[in-house]
Amino acid sequence: MSNLKETILNPILKGNPITVLILGICSSLAVTVELKGAIVMALSVTIVTGLSSYVCSLLRKTIPNRVRIIVQLVVVALMVIVVDQFLKAYSYTIEKQLSVYIGLIITNCIVMGRIEAYALGNKPLPSLLDGLANGLGYGIILVIVAFFRELFGSGTLFGVPVLSAIGYTNNGLVILPPFALILLGCIIWIQRSIQKDLQEK
Amino acid sequence: MEYLSLFVKSIFVDNMIFAYFLGMCSYLAVSKNVKTANGLGIAVIFVLLITLPLNYLLYTKVLVPGALTWLSPKFADVDLSFLAFILFIAVIAAITQVVEMVVEKFLPSLYSSLGIYLPLIAVNCAILGGSLFMQQREFANVGESVVYALGSGIGWYLAIVVLAAIREKLSYSNVPAGLRGIGITFITVGLMGIAFMAFMGISL
Repeated sequence: MSNLKETILNPILKGNPITVLILGICSSLAVTVELKGAIVMALSVTIVTGLSSYVCSLLRKTIPNRVRIIVQLVVVALMVIVVDQFLKAYSYTIEKQLSVYIGLIITNCIVMGRIEAYALGNKPLPSLLDGLANGLGYGIILVIVAFFRELFGSGTLFGVPVLSAIGYTNNGLVILPPFALILLGCIIWIQRSIQKDLQEK
Repeated sequence: MEYLSLFVKSIFVDNMIFAYFLGMCSYLAVSKNVKTANGLGIAVIFVLLITLPLNYLLYTKVLVPGALTWLSPKFADVDLSFLAFILFIAVIAAITQVVEMVVEKFLPSLYSSLGIYLPLIAVNCAILGGSLFMQQREFANVGESVVYALGSGIGWYLAIVVLAAIREKLSYSNVPAGLRGIGITFITVGLMGIAFMAFMGISL
């Protein structure tokens, strides 16, 4: 049982896919201008990672080694199509706002990385949990970045005025894409100052 | 003239890395020295240049609602656009496989220096992102998609070579312990991105 707990907790703190493994930066930062978009993105990635890890783990004994990348891509693409169609049906404006980044979950390194590193060598249920936990680890960083960017960029949280209500002048730099990278650099700095064993020489 | 402005725009203003964060994973992982960065950059330009026009043709001739009328007028209300993701990624994976075989045969030294990153181009977001942006922006003809592919590929190439050059210098400097390695790289990319923002003012 402790093993299972480790599987869930490790990706969220010590082996966080974004800050430690540096996976999935691609599609993550562009959606962090607003909290709402970031949360939808985080949920979508969590669902896709979990389900495709599960399916690939079910198929792990039947996939020939040479064509495994293509098979995995097809499985992931199917999951993403399902999520995309679901969002189109139930929250069209958010789907439009996230634009190409939903499609880009297919090439999100976290999904492929977890399938390669974990799902192909483990049973379906732990794979599902591993996928979900990694999605959550990714989601937490996304939400932290989005929190600061929305708060200081637009003075709002979830669209509700917070700082702008007390006379804060919006900082345009925070909205621009480069700031997400700088913020992420600072998050990594803080994390590595606390967990000293992660520091690079 | 239109092509020229699209070309300049896709290199500088809509830069894959600095404006959209596409292809970040391999961008950060392979930018430790200029030589490999150079190789990967060229591979990305090459794959983009082949896959984007192919996907454009696939999209306009097969997937768009009513696109299949050239086959038979009966297909006028067939809409296959929900299949776009899976077909785009299939084309990209197949082309990458071919490029990998060609490079292995004719440029073995480049092949060994690129190592694992060549097959990983298949999951490079810049490639799929190019195709998805092509779908979203509704280019008028194949020419535009070729120019866009070339421009965004060169933009990516420039970004990775510049970052690799900076990181080579950076490895001699004294960085705070927690920021060493990936942390300072993120901040460097952020500052480069702010510099690239200057191009946004150009009206084309």
